[in-house]
Amino acid sequence: MVETALVNWSRLQFALTAGYHWLFVPLTLGLAVIMATMETIYVKTGDEFWKKVAKFWMKLFAINFAVGIATGIILEFEFGTNWSNYSWFVGDIFGAPLAIEGIFAFFMEATFFAVMFFGWEKVSKRFHLAATWFTAIGAAISAVWILIANAWMQHPVGMEFNPDTVRHEMVDFWALVLNPVAISKFFHSVFSGWMTGAVFVIGVSSWYLLKGRQKRFALASIRVAAIVGIIGTFAVMLSGDSSGVHAAKYQPMKLAAAEGLKDGGTCAPFSIVPGVEIPAMLSILATHDIDGYVPGINNILDGYTTPDGVYHISADEKIERGRSAIEAFAKYRELKDSDPEAAAVARKTLDENIDYFGYGYIGSKQELVPPVPLVYWAFRVMVGVGGLLLLIMVAVLWFEYKNRLAGMRWLLWAALLSVPLVYLAGQAGWIVAEVGRQPWVIDGLLPVSAAVSSVSVAAVKTTFWLFVAIFTLFLAIEVRIMIKAVKQGPDIE
Amino acid sequence: MITYDFLQHYWWFLIALLGGLLVFLLFVQGGNALIFLAGKSEDERQLIVNSTGRKWELTFTTLVTFGGAFFASFPLFYSTSFGGAYWVWILILVTFVFQAVSYEFQSKAGNLLGKNTFRAFLTLNGCLAPLLIGAAVGTFFTGSDFTVNKSAVGDIASPVISRWGNAWHGLEAVANPFNVEFGLLVMFLAISLGALYLINNVESSKLASQLRRALTVSFLAFLVLFLVVCYHLITMEGFAVDASGRVFMEQGKYFTNLLQMPLVLVLLLVGAVLIVVGVVMTLWRKDFRRGIWLAGPGTTLAVMALFMVVGYNNTAYYPSVADLQSSLTLANSSSSEFTLRTMAVVSLIIPFVVAYIAYFWRQMDKKSLTTDELNSGEKY
Repeated sequence: MVETALVNWSRLQFALTAGYHWLFVPLTLGLAVIMATMETIYVKTGDEFWKKVAKFWMKLFAINFAVGIATGIILEFEFGTNWSNYSWFVGDIFGAPLAIEGIFAFFMEATFFAVMFFGWEKVSKRFHLAATWFTAIGAAISAVWILIANAWMQHPVGMEFNPDTVRHEMVDFWALVLNPVAISKFFHSVFSGWMTGAVFVIGVSSWYLLKGRQKRFALASIRVAAIVGIIGTFAVMLSGDSSGVHAAKYQPMKLAAAEGLKDGGTCAPFSIVPGVEIPAMLSILATHDIDGYVPGINNILDGYTTPDGVYHISADEKIERGRSAIEAFAKYRELKDSDPEAAAVARKTLDENIDYFGYGYIGSKQELVPPVPLVYWAFRVMVGVGGLLLLIMVAVLWFEYKNRLAGMRWLLWAALLSVPLVYLAGQAGWIVAEVGRQPWVIDGLLPVSAAVSSVSVAAVKTTFWLFVAIFTLFLAIEVRIMIKAVKQGPDIE
Repeated sequence: MITYDFLQHYWWFLIALLGGLLVFLLFVQGGNALIFLAGKSEDERQLIVNSTGRKWELTFTTLVTFGGAFFASFPLFYSTSFGGAYWVWILILVTFVFQAVSYEFQSKAGNLLGKNTFRAFLTLNGCLAPLLIGAAVGTFFTGSDFTVNKSAVGDIASPVISRWGNAWHGLEAVANPFNVEFGLLVMFLAISLGALYLINNVESSKLASQLRRALTVSFLAFLVLFLVVCYHLITMEGFAVDASGRVFMEQGKYFTNLLQMPLVLVLLLVGAVLIVVGVVMTLWRKDFRRGIWLAGPGTTLAVMALFMVVGYNNTAYYPSVADLQSSLTLANSSSSEFTLRTMAVVSLIIPFVVAYIAYFWRQMDKKSLTTDELNSGEKY
């Protein structure tokens, strides 16, 4: 049996790396758009003030950018080092987006970042502006490909299992790229980055206003950031809505866990917090139909029939069929050279049950339920904080427009305190997405226990603590340097 | 005809190309290895850091893309080597992670550890990364201790396909002198390239003469190691594959490959000559600063040739000494034909990417870097 400790430490290590990575990436995504907008204003108006504004945010951008890269490379290679079985089993599909990401996006980011940062005196004004925008676009494009890869794990499409090579093989590239889950995931993640960038800029600017420093700079920054942030928040809400619909369709267990819904049905209620519910709201959100059927955890485990008469088999039946698939696979491998006829029979059984292949590795149906309290609360934190941030940004923009913002200390404090909150919301979002799909690496096809590398628990523990130490050190240094840079302020007053 | 076999060879060519470019771009690491050795004053050290600092992301990105391309085209290597030679790859990654933040952090107020610590990280990465990458590539010739059993997926209790044979998980590679020689070879090559790049990129005659001194030493070490490695390559047993895909040991396999693929031999020789000429001219004439533009492309060609020697002509490129038949070949470790074909279309963008990188490189480096520029504009 694959050791549970190995699986858990490997998961923890990946979660750690991904969690840290997502502290740095959203700021890169959002701040890039904000400073590119500021530089655009500079080029349009020719006002040196805007150049200084843009340059100040670029300085903070650069400090953050490097740490995002550092955590990113670990993530990429961890698929191989810690999830080697996964890397072979689905590498035929999963490797492609990673390679494309490198070729298309990373070189673009790397090249134009250098031009943006060091090229002020070396290239023309307009050229420099283009470089800044290309840095922002490069960042967004790299998000495209890694999220296509992630979406494929949540909702695998465009492939077929080949028992001769023992892997899933790509048969439809465009199905992979245009995976509906990928599209909503892309918008949801990138625009949450806009929110992060906006809240960060507004928060830092509010600090200046509270201190009575850099008033013109702070108000100008807030104006740009709040508009970007509000647009971002609405886009996050829209894509979040379609993410919910996708979860209901493709990953009902994740939705049930996020709602803590034990027994579902039609007109399913939406839980605000335990004990407070909005009747039928979950059905509306998940299916866009008040009478829509949403299965609960018990329904999924025990099997259920939707109102249209379709029966969804129980977890035990899935496990049963998964075992049949794996047994048939083993038999096929054993007999394919010696007894082609018997091998063909096994192959047929395998093909009939391939959709449940991963369930064959599951010991008991309880393993199919993700940690409900964590997913449930993470979802509430994400949505609740997101809504609060929208209110704060709208208020900030409104009072800025009315020329009253500088005197509203409570609002400035709220904006400043929003900065940690936006990170909390981002982390919570990924917890919903990733913890919510446990135990699957590839939904239905490969559980975490069959995906890990064969390394010792001690080795994974060692690298886990090593990464904890390194990433935490980097984060502490980044925050310190940022604080110093902010205290020093832009070169304007 | 674009057959599956052709696509596998095409993708190995791209891996070789990316590998070759990566070793060329290790001049960033080589340059950083010289921060303290060749940079005597603060100004000189700052020049070195800022000069390599404007290129490091290209090296880093090439490494990431090399990994991504390997994953996409030969996923069994990705799973077997990374999951198996765990500690080697983790060490390489960790040194690059420290490098990634060190540029930005080293001169900033509030950086907690101080300027010299971050520069020491750069130097550490500068020496260790080429050494370890070289040693890892050395195992392409000497073999590793692993087994591959794809049928394991049918065993619910123990479904792992690729398994490493010992608890050292890759660190055992240093026990084989060839891997060590190969690692040192890449390290001294990187340092030589770093010196050549800095001589070209930085405007400081004093620093240049210190760099020339370092270049002399590193190049001599490189030359000795190069001859030793060549001797071993020519005489060593190689991992050959017969028509049915069975792997067997063949005396002088890599030398035979060179003779049977004369184009690859030419590539290797031209590459080696370019490296030597680039260095010798730089050392010979004090006003010659373009050595990197000979030795750099020469490195790319030579490294490509080595990848072709170990992958083409029915050779197992990632051999197993634990179980010969587990060895990875282009045929048994590649992605499906469909994926390789799709990715081949994607690869058509590569010349365009190389072109825009080259264009901006020229734009940014028209003038050599000076202390004046650092003091008046943006710097690390």
